[in-house]
Amino acid sequence: MAERVLMKGNEAIAEAAIRSGCRHYFGYPITPQTEVAAYMAKRMPKIDGVFLQAESEIASINMVYGAAAAGMRVMTSSSSPGISLMGEGLSYIAGSDVPAFVVNVQRGGPGLGGIQPSQSDYFQATRGGGHGDYHMIVLAPASVQEMASLTVKGFNLADKYSMIAMILADGTIGQMMEPISFEDVEIEHYDKPWALTGTQCQRRHNIVNSLYLQPDVLEKKNFERYEKYRAVEENEALHESYMMDDAEVCVVAFGIASRVAKNAVVAARAEGIKAGLIRPITLWPFPKKALSEAADQVKSFLSVELSMGQMVEDIQLATGCRRPVSLCNRVGGMIPSPDQVLASIRKAAKGEN
Amino acid sequence: MAIVFEKPKALTDAVLHYCPGCPHGIIHRLVAEAIDELGIEGRTIGVAPVGCAVMAYDYFTCDMIEAAHGRAPATATGIKRCRPDNIVFTYQGDGDLASIGMAETVHAAARNENITIIFVNNAIYGMTGGQMAPTSLPGQVTQTSPYGRDVKLCGWPIKVCELLSTQDGPEYIARVAVNNVKNVKAAGKAIKKAFQNQIDGKGFSLVEVVSACPTNWGTTPQQALSWVESDMLPYYPLGVYKDRSAEKEGK
Repeated sequence: MAERVLMKGNEAIAEAAIRSGCRHYFGYPITPQTEVAAYMAKRMPKIDGVFLQAESEIASINMVYGAAAAGMRVMTSSSSPGISLMGEGLSYIAGSDVPAFVVNVQRGGPGLGGIQPSQSDYFQATRGGGHGDYHMIVLAPASVQEMASLTVKGFNLADKYSMIAMILADGTIGQMMEPISFEDVEIEHYDKPWALTGTQCQRRHNIVNSLYLQPDVLEKKNFERYEKYRAVEENEALHESYMMDDAEVCVVAFGIASRVAKNAVVAARAEGIKAGLIRPITLWPFPKKALSEAADQVKSFLSVELSMGQMVEDIQLATGCRRPVSLCNRVGGMIPSPDQVLASIRKAAKGEN
Repeated sequence: MAIVFEKPKALTDAVLHYCPGCPHGIIHRLVAEAIDELGIEGRTIGVAPVGCAVMAYDYFTCDMIEAAHGRAPATATGIKRCRPDNIVFTYQGDGDLASIGMAETVHAAARNENITIIFVNNAIYGMTGGQMAPTSLPGQVTQTSPYGRDVKLCGWPIKVCELLSTQDGPEYIARVAVNNVKNVKAAGKAIKKAFQNQIDGKGFSLVEVVSACPTNWGTTPQQALSWVESDMLPYYPLGVYKDRSAEKEGK
C-alpha cells in the first residue's frame, strides 16, 4: 500500500502533474486555484523544471502552446474568468493538434461572478470554449484522490490523442483536504515526430500551425480531427454507476454535486425509492452509452448541477428524450443540500418535474 | 562559373507571396543571412505572427510555429524555456507586436527572455487591407483613418524602441531601416547581433525594422521608400536604444 498523504485538491493536481513528467508550468494567479501555482513555484526549481508566472492568462496559454509544440508535457491552471481569456489559445492548440493539460477550478459566473464553487463552465468546456469546431477531453474529479489520478490520466490522454485534456473541477474539490496516495502513476510515452526541436539540418522543417487558407484543405483537417474525436468518444468515456441495478430514478451528477447526490440516493433508498446514480467522470466524451442504457430501465432522470442546467441537455441528447429529465440545482457558489436533492428524487419518482 | 550571389540556405525555395515593392523579402533575407552566418539553422525555431508575414513558416527552413495574433513573444517564451539550447526568434508586424501583443512584448522584455524579435514597422495593417496601426503617423490616411490620423481621437503613435529601452530588463533594442543600401547593410548587422546576443545568453534583443507598404500607402515602391526617409525616420529615429553589454563595457 502506497503512503497516504493529506493534501488539498489543488495541490494534488500539482504533485500528480510533476509525477506525470510535467516540468513546465505557466500560469496567472486567480482564486480558487492559486495553490496549484504556489506548489509549482516551490517544487519546479528543485527538480530542474520551469515555473513561470505569466503576465496574463492569454500569455500563459500561449506559453503552453509554445512548450507543447516543443514536445513537452506542459500545463496551466486557472479558474473560470481566466479560462475565458484562454479561449483563443485553446482554439489554436486544438487547431494545431498539440497536446496540453489545462485545469479549470470553476467559480461562479458569469462575469467576475464570485469565488465560490460552481459547475457553470460545463458548456464552455464540453463544447470547446474557443472559436471553431473542436473538443477537449474533459475530466471531472469528485475527490482529491481523483484530482491526482485524473491528472495522470489527463496527461496520458493528451499525448495519446495529441489534444487538450482539461480537468474541470470546482472550488470545493480544489480547496478541500483528503488523504490520497500516488501509487497508480504510470506515464505513457507517445512519439512526437511533429515537435519543434530544431531540424539539426537532418530533416525537413516541422511546422506547427492552424492556418489553412485553402478551404478544401481546412475542411479535410477538420474531418480528420473529428475522426480522432470519434475514436476518443468510442474508447475513453468513463463513468461510475452507483445502485443502478434496479434503479427507477437515475440521478446524474459529477464533481462535488455527485457527492451530495450519493447521500441523497442512499436516503431515498431508505424511504423505499429505487434511486441510483450515474456519475460521469469524463464530461467529454460524455458517457452516452451508459445513459442510453439507463433510459431502457429507469422511469426518469434527475440532473444535479451547480449551474442553471447545462449537463441536463447532454442527458436529453444521450437518452433521445425517451424519459423525463428534471433538474435540481444551486448556483452562484451555493451547493444543494442532500435534503434538497432527496426532495427532487421524490418528485422524479412520482413522475413530477 | 563562379557563384557570386545566391539565396541564403535558411530560406526555402517557396515563392514569397508579398506585394511588389514590399520590403518583407529583404528583411526575410537579412534574417536568413544572419542564421546562415552564425551556423544556427539546425537549432533555430521561428515564430510567425498574424499579419502579412503569417506564412513566414513556409519561407524559413528551420522549425516554425504560427502564433496567435500578438502572442508570439509568449509562444517563443514557452519554446525557449523548454529548449534553452535552441535559438528562438519571432517575426512580427506593428499591429501584432505594438497593438494586440503589447503586453506580451513588454513582459518578455521585462523578463529579459533570451529570444530575438524582428519587429517590422510599416505604420499600417497590411494583411487586412490598410487600417490604422499603432505606429501610423499623425495625419496618416488609412482605411480606418480616412481623414488622416487625428491624435485627439486616436492617440499618438507608439514608439516601441523608446518605450522598451526605458525598462531594466532587455539586453538590446535597436531601430534600423531598409529604405536604402546603407540602411539595409546596417539592418543586417543589427539583426545578426540580436541573434548573437541570444547565442551568448545575453537576453531579450529586439530589432525594429522601419519598412514600407506601397500597396496600402497607395504609392509606388520608390515613393514609399522616399516617404520612409521624409516622414517615418524623423518620427522613428534610427539607432541603438539600448545595449546593456556595450554600456557595461563603457562603450
